[in-house]
Parts: sequence; C-alpha cells; structure tokens
Amino acid sequence: MTELSKSGAAMTEPVKDSRPPSAFLEVRDLKVHFPTDDGLVKSVDGLNFTLEKGKTLGIVGESGSGKSVTSLGIMGLHTAGQYGKRKAQISGEIWLDGTELLSADPDYVRKLRGREMAMIFQDPLSALHPYYTIGQQIVEAYRIHNKVDKKTARRRAVEMLDRVGIPQPDKRVDSYPHEFSGGMRQRAMIAMSLVNNPELLIADEPTTALDVTVQAQILDLIRDLQKEFGSAVIVITHDLGVVAELSDDILVMYGGRCIERGPAEKVFYEPRHPYTWGLLGSMPRLDREQTERLIPVKGSPPSLINIPSGCAFNPRCPYADVPKDNVTRTVRPELSEVGSQHWAACHMTQEQRERIWIEEIAPKL
Amino acid sequence: MARGTAAGPRAVLAYLIRRLFAAAVMLVVIILVVFGIFFLVPRWAGVDPATMFVGKQADPAAIEAVRQKLGLGEPIFVQVWEFFKGLFVGRTYASGGDVTNCAAPCFGYSFRNEQAIWPVLTDRFPVTLALALGAAVLWLIFGVAAGVLSALKRGSLWDRGAMIVALSGVSLPIYFTGLLSLAIFSYGLGWLDAQYVPFAESPTGWFGGMILPWVTLAFLYAAMYARITRATMLEILGEDYIRTARAKGLREPVVIGKHAMRSTMTPILTMFGMDLGALIGGAILTETTFSLPGLGQAVLTAINTKDLPIILGVTLITSLAVIFANLVVDLLYAVIDPRVRLS
Amino acid sequence: MSENAEDKAVSIPAQSTGSATLTKNAAPGETLLKVTGLQKHFPIRKGLLQRQVGAVRAVDGIDFEVKSGETLGVVGESGCGKSTMGRLITRLLEPTAGTVEFEGRDITHLGVGAMRPMRRDVQMIFQDPYSSLNPRHTIGTIVGAPFKLQGVTPEGGIKKEVQRLLSVVGLSPEHYNRYPHEFSGGQRQRIGIARALALNPKLVVADEPVSALDVSIQAQVVNLLDDLQQELGLTYVIIAHDLSVVRHVSDRIAVMYLGKIVELADRDSLYKAPMHPYTKALMSAVPIPDPRRRSAKSERILLKGDVPSPISPPSGCRFHTRCWKATEICKTVEPPLLELKPGQQVACHHPENAEDQAPHDTVLLTAARDAVELVAVGTAAELAEAERAAAAATEEPADVAKTSGPEAGNAGDDAAAAADAGTEGESPEPTEK
Repeated sequence: MTELSKSGAAMTEPVKDSRPPSAFLEVRDLKVHFPTDDGLVKSVDGLNFTLEKGKTLGIVGESGSGKSVTSLGIMGLHTAGQYGKRKAQISGEIWLDGTELLSADPDYVRKLRGREMAMIFQDPLSALHPYYTIGQQIVEAYRIHNKVDKKTARRRAVEMLDRVGIPQPDKRVDSYPHEFSGGMRQRAMIAMSLVNNPELLIADEPTTALDVTVQAQILDLIRDLQKEFGSAVIVITHDLGVVAELSDDILVMYGGRCIERGPAEKVFYEPRHPYTWGLLGSMPRLDREQTERLIPVKGSPPSLINIPSGCAFNPRCPYADVPKDNVTRTVRPELSEVGSQHWAACHMTQEQRERIWIEEIAPKL
Repeated sequence: MARGTAAGPRAVLAYLIRRLFAAAVMLVVIILVVFGIFFLVPRWAGVDPATMFVGKQADPAAIEAVRQKLGLGEPIFVQVWEFFKGLFVGRTYASGGDVTNCAAPCFGYSFRNEQAIWPVLTDRFPVTLALALGAAVLWLIFGVAAGVLSALKRGSLWDRGAMIVALSGVSLPIYFTGLLSLAIFSYGLGWLDAQYVPFAESPTGWFGGMILPWVTLAFLYAAMYARITRATMLEILGEDYIRTARAKGLREPVVIGKHAMRSTMTPILTMFGMDLGALIGGAILTETTFSLPGLGQAVLTAINTKDLPIILGVTLITSLAVIFANLVVDLLYAVIDPRVRLS
Repeated sequence: MSENAEDKAVSIPAQSTGSATLTKNAAPGETLLKVTGLQKHFPIRKGLLQRQVGAVRAVDGIDFEVKSGETLGVVGESGCGKSTMGRLITRLLEPTAGTVEFEGRDITHLGVGAMRPMRRDVQMIFQDPYSSLNPRHTIGTIVGAPFKLQGVTPEGGIKKEVQRLLSVVGLSPEHYNRYPHEFSGGQRQRIGIARALALNPKLVVADEPVSALDVSIQAQVVNLLDDLQQELGLTYVIIAHDLSVVRHVSDRIAVMYLGKIVELADRDSLYKAPMHPYTKALMSAVPIPDPRRRSAKSERILLKGDVPSPISPPSGCRFHTRCWKATEICKTVEPPLLELKPGQQVACHHPENAEDQAPHDTVLLTAARDAVELVAVGTAAELAEAERAAAAATEEPADVAKTSGPEAGNAGDDAAAAADAGTEGESPEPTEK
C-alpha cells in the first residue's frame, strides 16, 4: 500500500506513460464510449486506479455511473455482443501484472479471461446457462485453460463446489442451475470463476439479487476465499454496507469519473466530496440511532451523453454556490490529494470541505 | 434441497411416458373428431352420409347397400366402435350377401372405386413425406444459417439483403415461386426435369425431379426460419450467460456455436413442430404445381370427384403424422432444455 | 352495513374537494385495518387432469392490526409471503381463509362492485416504477385515471387536481402532458405515488417502494412518503426487504418468515432487543456501512442454508431447521404469537431478551448445533487490530468529536450486543471453533 502513493500521484494528471507500473493492476485514463443515435455515451471518462494482490477495491456508484462498464473494459468484454452495432471506443491503459491489455492481441486477452482474471455477476440465474449442468459449466471453464481430461476436470469441479460450501458436491455437480437456490447458484458461480485460481477477481454486484441472510453468507465466502487465494478483488456495488464489509480501498464513481478515492476508513470517516456526503446521508443505517430525516441528494443522475461541463455533480451539489477562489466552474475538477492516499475531485478548497464535513454533515449522520 | 436428482434419467423416462400417454389420448380424440366430421355433421346438416360415400349419381339400391355396410342405421356408439376397431383389426362391410373386406389398418373403403383406402395412402404418402422431409432439411440448414449470419452482421448489407429475400419468401405464394422456378430452370434453361420419376425406377431421375419442388417449398419456410432465427439469436446474444461464456475465455465461435445456438434452437424447434403439420397444406400446392403423385394431389382429385373416403383417409393419416411429429419435437425439447423435463 | 358504505362513498368526494391537503380521516390510534387468520394458498396442479397435488402456502394464517396514522413495516426474505400479504389486504388477491376488516367492515369477500368505494380508501404503490406505468399514456392520464374509474370530478376539474398532485409529490405541473419514458426512476415512483394519492386514500400499501431506486433517490422517496403522511394523515403498510429502510419509515414492524408473522413489535423494541432468533439473525446479517466495525463483528449470526420451500414448510416452528436454539418442542409445537412485553409480540419457544417459554425443553436439536456460524474474530492479532481501530475511533478528534452523539448510541448498542452475548452464553449455543 505504501508504494501506491507514488503511482497515485500519477492519478492527478493523466500521464502518457507506457512504462509498466509496479502495481499488480493499474488503470490509466480509461475511457469507454458508446456511440449511439442520440450521441456519444461516455460511460467511463478518464478513470485511474491501482490495485495490489490480496487487496480489495470497492467501486461504488449509482446506476449509470460507469462502474459496471469499467469492469467489462478491464475484462475486454465491453464490445462483446455488440454485433453490427457501432463498436464501443476504449482508450487509456490497463496494466495487469506488467502487460498492457488494450494494446495486446485480443486472443491473448481472451486467454487471460477466466485464467488470470475472472468475474462474478449480479444475477447468478441469468449468468449461468440454463441448459447445461453446473458441473458441465465449471468443467468447461477449467478445460479452456488446462489440458486435462473430463474426469480430472470433473473432480476439480466437485472440489471447487465443496470449497464454496455446496453440500453433497459430488451429487450437486450434475444439477442444473434452476435446481439450485439463489444463494447456491451464486456459490456455484463463484466456484466457476475461481476454478483457475485467477489473480484478479471482479465481483459485479455479487449479492444484490440475494436475500440478506444469504448475502451475509456470500460476503463471508468472498472474504475467506480472498484470504485463501490471495487474489486482487474488485467489488462493484451500489451498497455502501457491502463495500464497507469487503474493501480496503474505495473508489466512488459519478458520471463516468472517479470523484473520490481512498482507504475505506478515510472515505467513510473523512469524505471530501459532496457526492460522497450525499451517499452517506441518503442511507438509513441500522448501526446508528434513528435519524429523523434522511439527507437525500436532490435531482437525478446526469445523462452520460450530456455530462455537465465542469464538475459533473455541479447541478445536484448543495455547495455549488460556495464561493471558490481562482476556479473556472466550467473546468472539470481533477483529483487532488486530500490526505494520505486519499484523493477527491472538488473545486472547493480542502479547508472549506473539511469545515463543511465537520460542522454540517457529520453531525446529521 | 432434495431437488437435486430431478433431472436424472428417471425424470427423462417419466417425461417420455407422459408425452407418449398424451399423444395416445390425442390420437383417440382426433379419430373421434374425424369420425364426427364425416359421419355426424352431415347428418345434422340433413345430408345422408351414405349418399356422400357413394356419390350423387348412384342408384338408391347402391346407397342402401352402403348404408348397411357402414352400419349407418346402428346407434352412434356402435358406429364409432366399428370405425375405431377397423383401424386396428380391419373391418368387414356386409350388406346381405355382398361382403367387402377391408384389412387392417382399415382407413375406410372407397365404394366408388371398390378399393381400400390404406393402399392408396401407402402409395401416396412416401412421395409427400420425401417432399416434406427434403424441404425441411433444406430450410433448416439454409434458413437457420442465414438467420445466424444476419444476427452476427446486424445492419450490414448481407443482413438487409437476406431480410429482403426472406420477406419476399414469406409473402410470395408457392404457386408463384413454383411456376416461376419451373419457367426458369425447367422450361427456360432446361437444367432440371419437371417430371416426377419414381425412386424405384431411377434414383437419380427421382432426385432430379424433386430438386425444384424441394427448393420451392423450402424457400417459403427458410424465409420464416431465417427471420425467427435472427430475432432469437439477437436476443440470446444479449443474455447474461453469453457474457459469462466469454468471461470464461471461450473463443467466439464456441460462444456462438455452442452456448448461443443451443438456446436459439428451442423456439426454432417449436416452430418446426407446428410447421410439420401445416406443411401438408403447403405440399398440396407444391404437388399440384409440380405434378407429384403425393397425398395432396390425391386429396385434390378426391375433392373434384367427391370421393369422400379418400379425404377421410388423408385427414386421418396427416393428423397421425402431426401427432407423431409433435411427439418427436417434444422429446427433442427434453434433450435440449432440461427444465422441460420437470414440467 | 351497506348503507354505512354508501354514506362513506358520498362523504369522500366532499373530503377530497374540501381542504385539499389536510384531511384526517379517522382519529389517530383507531384501528383502521384488522387482519385475522389470513391465509393464501396457491394451488399446484399437475398432470392431465390438473389435480391439485399441493399448495404454495404463501401466507399461512397471520393476524395484525394497523392503527390510523401509523406505519406498519413488513420485512422478510423472498418467499416469506410479504408481497402476497400486501395484495391480500388491498384485495388484489382473494384470500383462502381469514378476514380483512377495514374500518370495522369485513371486506374479505366483497365483489368487484362492492369493493369499488373501498378502492378509494385503500391504494397501492408498486415496486417497479418502470413496468407499473403504461408507456402509452401521459402522466396526466395516468394520475387522473382513478378519478375516471371512480367517476369522481374533483373541484376545479381533473386536470387542475392532477397538477396539484404532481406538485405535492415534487414534480412540476408542466409534466402533465409528458410520457413515463421521459422520467427517471425516482420521478416515476413519484408519479406512482401521485396516482395512489389521487382519491385521498386512508390506507396506502407500498410494496418495496424504493428497492428499485438508486441510493440517493431512495432517500428522496422515503422523505416524500414521510412528508405525505404528516400532511395527509395517511396510514401506511410498507413492505420491504431492506431492514434499514423499514426501520427508518415504520412505527411498528412485522417480521415474516414462510408465511407467518414471527415477531410484531414497536420499532425501537424490535431493533434494540429483538426476541425472535430469526429477527436477530436477519438484523445481524445486514452489512454495516462502517469499515471500523468490519473487523469487530463477533456479534454476527450467519444462518446456514436457505429458506425452506413454502410448499412443505417445516413442522412446528417454521424456523427450527435454521435456528441455533431449536429444541424438540420447536419441531412439534407451533409457537403462538404472544405479547411477551408491552408492544412486542413474538412466536417463539425460546425467545431472546425474554423469558424462555419452554424452559423444561433444553436439549438442542442436532441440526441446531451447526445451524449458524458466528463470524468470529479469527486471530488474536485481528482482535488487537479491532481494538486499536475502536480506540482510534474515540481518539480521533476531528470528525468524531462531532459525531459523539451517534457514537454514544453505538456504544449503547454494543453494550446491548454484549448483554445478548451473555444471555446466549447461558443457552447451550455453539461457539466458534
């Protein structure tokens, strides 16, 4: 984590630097744009972050903030299924273990998928093929990357199902997804994504479709498995509770950009962006005394075709009118360091933000 | 939690038995309905069925004889039973000393031509079957392939071209495309013979004569299949499990050919099951256009000569063929989609 | 009875056209809705003859009351029957057994015609703001539809009233001629609320009103529901799976499990000292948005397995297959819903935070021994780290000084949790291994 601050410094200004980074995963100035009839949808618009092995990065944001597109971009799946449509445009750099993925041969990236980097999806029912048994799907995932016979692969599948806590794995391996409950399906999905011991695991809303007691089981499982496998994990979610449970670092996305990033503690206890304040204030919390009223963020998320110039959050920001020195409002605020390894993108000065947080926001939470 | 074993071989067997039973019930129902249409409805309409079976020109004595032979004076349930029994053990039509034997399976007897219907059907049925199956193979291959290609190259020139051809295929009637192809390939270019040659006589000649009918009939259906395949494929390609397949690191041809195709087959199969039934109708037109001696032509002739037993026989045998085809489709369903076995 | 209904039918338009915003329909505290022994079984039919081979016992005998002006929250996991319950009390579904009384009048088996005047008083808000609005109708048509259905013309005309309703729910009256697709999720939910409020209902049943919305928008809608209740004196039944949202909006809360109410209590009692083990497990499973508590959540109870099928629910107490306190009696005798403390009803033989109802029965079921897994603080190192973090939380001057209020509350909760742990220690509960 200590060497992060150096590469983190590169986050403040998009450096055109093709030197392999020291971090395990480094994303530099990632942009994913989708041309549509209505205009260019800038789903991700200049994203930077790093992630080390054994650590978990939580990406938080609301629908349309670009968090899922980011994960698809890393996996090289952003154009998948876009037959005949105008292709998504991706730019920037994604360094995984010393290799830049965006300029690499697509077939090379394909071979990394499932082996070096794997993904868990939100709804395990729709993410598993309904016509193949759980075993067949895990065996397939294993045999793409390992030259083994079906028997060996099947043994491996049973072993993985056992590891993720599916009872009677040697029987259940022949079940179809529809014969599993929601929690069991997500366990099977996790077993499938971990069958090749990937170094990077991306979990896209892994518990959103599940009940709360099952969610607790799955979060627990992900935490355990990470300890065991030592992979780097990216958790994408809208649920601040889930992020707090799993993440070492948190990246808050808004309108396709990162507006705040830092260690989980900092982002929860010393947030330095009004949108992060908004998220914290909108959320009823079980661990606190009952608050009389929630503090919502006014308005709706921005259209990704017409992202407001300057700060994307400006139209919804309760502090948009706070006088700001030497700042042109139409300029997009860059991430600036607000604490050790903690960055936020806001035009207000750090003192202004610290004062507002301490005096106005924190007491109401 | 004990749901795990539901998809085992026993479930498949149970499903198979259920479908067979359902098919048997359907069979009985259809036989009863056909009997009703040919024997009861005319009576309610005030027409003597016997007249219809003999023909209007027959003399009253002949009509009376047929009435006795068919047992039209008996109570209805006896008639039904005789009709039913005839299908399985054969039947003897008797009127005094005049005895006509109709061996099992007795699909009826044409008193006008003095021949049992079954041999006529067995004579004609293979031609229709060959026409239908040959066309089905053609349209499945070309229709599905064109649909998949269109889906993968959506919006391209190929896609638009294929869909325009498909639209014309769906909208143009068979006698138009049939006659057009005859005019071009047979009469105009002289490439293909427009003459039907029995298979036993000359297999190559038979094949040459069947090419145009196959292509004509297949064109209509291929067009429909291309459209539905394209639509289904596009929908399936957007499914989460296709994304999962890619996330595993599968090569794109495997993603399409294995994961996406298997799901795409389900609605195609559904349509195929229904079309096999409707196909007989299409076959009548094709057979007439190309002068093939199949069931369709037999029906046409029978309608013109008001030879009711033939129509009855063809109705029955096509119904049976539809039931059989649907049974096969149901079983294929169970093979493709494990969820079907449970319902 | 029917004359009485006529009277009401006549009086309502007068109310709705009278003081437009403030109408208290019944005195607060009076029972508005009373549900007794309510059941809904969905038959499962199989085979050629479609014989009934079983039933999904979605709601299987529940009793509760809703008082005028209060909010009853209903929580539970998927399949617990909470949505079915909502559709039963609004009479969108026909109950299998039991009665639903609205303002003292039995409405369980009223026909469509007799229900029509009732429909004004009881309205429903649905979860999905995308599918519950007809895309081909304008907002004006959608929100004005209840007037047309009921044949009511509000003072000043429908259009004016619809525009007023739109402004009440925080939309612009100019939105009248727009279509649903032009609105965001939160705005659509506001449209749904405006439609529900059109006829000035007494009871609003909201089924997952915010679960399809983004976090920042959720808060807007929750606050709106809050404001509307205060202004219009509405009574709510809010069905949700999110325990934090339910706590925030409700006065009383019913916890459902497999078609039964297992606990029904005042909000504060329930969250401070849950009595039913399921309630406790459910609450402890909610992820806490506080990274400092992550390493110190020894109080978390992790239930094993899934909710059993409502087609063949377990015998006795339905929770006994997943409960760590289950004994023989739980397997055989169904515990009744009893008021063990004023304002707190629970259906359990061995409740938490209350006297054991079956003290003689102490032998745990074998299944109970591994029914749960306490996510324990694994190593001493982690424990020390957790303590350091906790210490840091109280030392850090900048923000914590200001949040001392809530923090103090936390400390209280922690103490309660510790007390819980103490009582649990007495019962032969599996500890971490």
